[in-house]
Amino acid sequence: MPRNDLWKSLLVAGAVLLSLWTLWPSFQFYQLPREERISAPKDTPTAKLREKSIPLGLDLQGGMHLVLEVDRSKLPPEEAAGAVDRAIEVIRNRIDQFGVAEPIIQKQGDDRIVVQLPGLSDRERAKDLIGQTALLEFKLVRNQDEAAALFTRLDATLAAKARAGEIQVDTALVSRALSSLFLDFQAGGAFIGVADVPRATELLAAAGPDSVLSRDTQLLWGSEEGYAGRTGRWLYAVKREPEMTGGSVSNAIANPDDQNPGGWMVNMRLAGRGASDFARVTAANVNRQLAIVLDNTVRSAPRINERIPGGDARISGSFDAKDAKDLEIVLKAGALPAPVSIAEERSVGPSLGQDSIDAGFKSALIGTLFVIVFMIVYYQGAGLIAIAALILNILLLFAGLAGLGATLTLPGIAGVVLTIGMAVDANVLIFERIREELRNGKSVRTAIELGYDRAFRTILDANVTTLISAAFLFQFGTGPIKGFAVTLSLGLLANMFTAVFFTRMIFDLITHRRSLTRLSI
Amino acid sequence: MADKNPTPTQHKFFSLLPTQPSFPFMKYRRIAYMLSAALVLATVGWIVVKGPRYSVDFTGGTLLQIQTARALPADDVRATLDAAGFAGAEVQAAGTGAELLIRLPLQKVDPYPKIAAGLLQKFPDAKPELRREETVGPRIGGELRQKALWAVLFSLIGILIYVGLRYEFKFAVGAVIAIFHDVFAAFGILLFMDREISLTVVAALLTLAGYSVNDTIVVFDRIKERGKLLHKLSHEDVMNTAMNETLSRTIITSLTVFLATLALYIWGGEVINDFALCMLAGVIFGTYSSIYVASALALDIWNWLDNRKNAARKAKAA
Repeated sequence: MPRNDLWKSLLVAGAVLLSLWTLWPSFQFYQLPREERISAPKDTPTAKLREKSIPLGLDLQGGMHLVLEVDRSKLPPEEAAGAVDRAIEVIRNRIDQFGVAEPIIQKQGDDRIVVQLPGLSDRERAKDLIGQTALLEFKLVRNQDEAAALFTRLDATLAAKARAGEIQVDTALVSRALSSLFLDFQAGGAFIGVADVPRATELLAAAGPDSVLSRDTQLLWGSEEGYAGRTGRWLYAVKREPEMTGGSVSNAIANPDDQNPGGWMVNMRLAGRGASDFARVTAANVNRQLAIVLDNTVRSAPRINERIPGGDARISGSFDAKDAKDLEIVLKAGALPAPVSIAEERSVGPSLGQDSIDAGFKSALIGTLFVIVFMIVYYQGAGLIAIAALILNILLLFAGLAGLGATLTLPGIAGVVLTIGMAVDANVLIFERIREELRNGKSVRTAIELGYDRAFRTILDANVTTLISAAFLFQFGTGPIKGFAVTLSLGLLANMFTAVFFTRMIFDLITHRRSLTRLSI
Repeated sequence: MADKNPTPTQHKFFSLLPTQPSFPFMKYRRIAYMLSAALVLATVGWIVVKGPRYSVDFTGGTLLQIQTARALPADDVRATLDAAGFAGAEVQAAGTGAELLIRLPLQKVDPYPKIAAGLLQKFPDAKPELRREETVGPRIGGELRQKALWAVLFSLIGILIYVGLRYEFKFAVGAVIAIFHDVFAAFGILLFMDREISLTVVAALLTLAGYSVNDTIVVFDRIKERGKLLHKLSHEDVMNTAMNETLSRTIITSLTVFLATLALYIWGGEVINDFALCMLAGVIFGTYSSIYVASALALDIWNWLDNRKNAARKAKAA
């Protein structure tokens, strides 16, 4: 073997071995059952294997991609600056307690947070948990007389608007539009059946409660609960200014509710100033109701029987075990500094992810078979060389993915399939050229030489334009599209090596050993 | 190294085309111009009159893909959604038929629980399962539109610069118009087939813009090569020769990509289907356009340039 050929062969063998070595962890990892792959905790052998494997995009392994927008418009400027970072901390704490392996939580731009939860199954619960501001406030409930006067004023305002034709109210009830919906009225709240809640909300909006209420009173809904055999929500009149906020919760634990069999509650402990504030507030308001308000919904409004010195409070009110557990999590993790809203969500269920993997690989396999059959029928011996180059190309492509830690997405698989189709193009150009030179009477060795020389520039040109598109797709694309740009670029780059360098080497190895007069091409 | 075999060998190759063809491609270019113009105009007309159907990526809103135990009639599902307060929902059967694609305007709260409850009430045996949910808010939708536009603009400019540097004016103009032709034609196929224009489709369009130049380059390189050798022939004959000589590789390179993409189209699954269709159309148009748009235009520009040169020379002589 000439020295040159030897070096080339060693280079190719080295590339193959390096690729196999790079791909070995991925090979081992994807043999494991899905559950183990997704939920393996940190520092286990599986998790270490996962770090070295080609990661699958959320569109393939299933999971949730969220983009959250932090609404900083109501924050003072000095708080607005760090609000997103604080929100990220809070969200990370909540997710950690929720138990998702390998969550990704990142800041994006000025006011956005990207949250990626691979393999997540309960997306609604996760969204509730992440999206809750968890602003905990303690507000005094107005007493019955104050509340009654308020509702009377509201009814009067509504009656005036009904007569002016601004709202539609049943004529028989015109003077009691709102209070006719009450199933019960006691202390500082009215109970409204669940079917009437939308109507009540509509009437309150029409009356413009802010204009009717005194400046320091507001109306807040309770959470949905059963009362006297009916399901509905309490509408509370509370003091607008909170007595204290729950910023100093030191611990929270979900427990079965001893006073409400089957129900759950959350016991929490306030620390430091929170505990002394709580003692002061309870001492000053014995016999009044204190509403525990979470994100503007009254979760419970217990009557203060005596001063509570130790900082122990409890939140009850129609929780099931899961609700209580989630509340425990958000109370422990703290409140978000500003409300967040979901600006983008992309969720893929695990079954669709698996279907996409199956379909993607099936089509890649069939596409490869098509190409293999065609190349062998058309180019026979040389076709075999092109197929070897194609297989090497795919091997290098995946090794490149693993080496870069680039994510494989569904469009990424499409990029692989396209690569398979385009990979042999370079060989087709070379082979056709060689055929032509042979027809012109050139010797086999000269024909090969000329074929490669003349085809190379064309192949380079053809690949460059596709690489230009891929580069801008990578720059401007979203996650899955980036995956496509990466596989396509890697495939084309590997192609320059396999289709030109590798096949040329094989031809040389064959023709250097003996002098051929015919070529199977 | 020997330049010639001592005894010339008769080589036999398996081939698509039995003998070297000598088809007068350029003779029919005016018919091709009309076909191409008709296709591109139809696409533009469709965009202006009907407008493309954009996915939630660009419009904002929610897409739900729900699997059910059996195929549910779309009309009944629509009625159920109306009753649940989702008026104007778009419902479409997908996949094997036991799957629903539902498109909604942006909702304040997660619409799925309500939809699932509504479906279960109407079809107790439906067993709905959420397979995919995509929600895009208006701000992000606007940004994605912008980014898609940038990606299209920059890659086209990049490709144009490359082609412009690499080829003389007449060829560059032909290649560039061919790229636009291919992108518009493939886009048109998606529109006529009522497919949704999503980010993935934009990626496919850009990829085929890059790929469209491939075949063109093969033909152009041969035209340049032959132009030097056969300078006694007319431009049209040079081109026809080059095209006939490269015909089999033009067909084969496209065929391999076509076969791979066809596998993706048939077996690749619902999510990637539009992408595959776009590439399939693009590969076909790309092959056609390298001959009948890129080269044909180059020929007409070439002739026009020559005529002008001759006229100038005559004017000088006179």
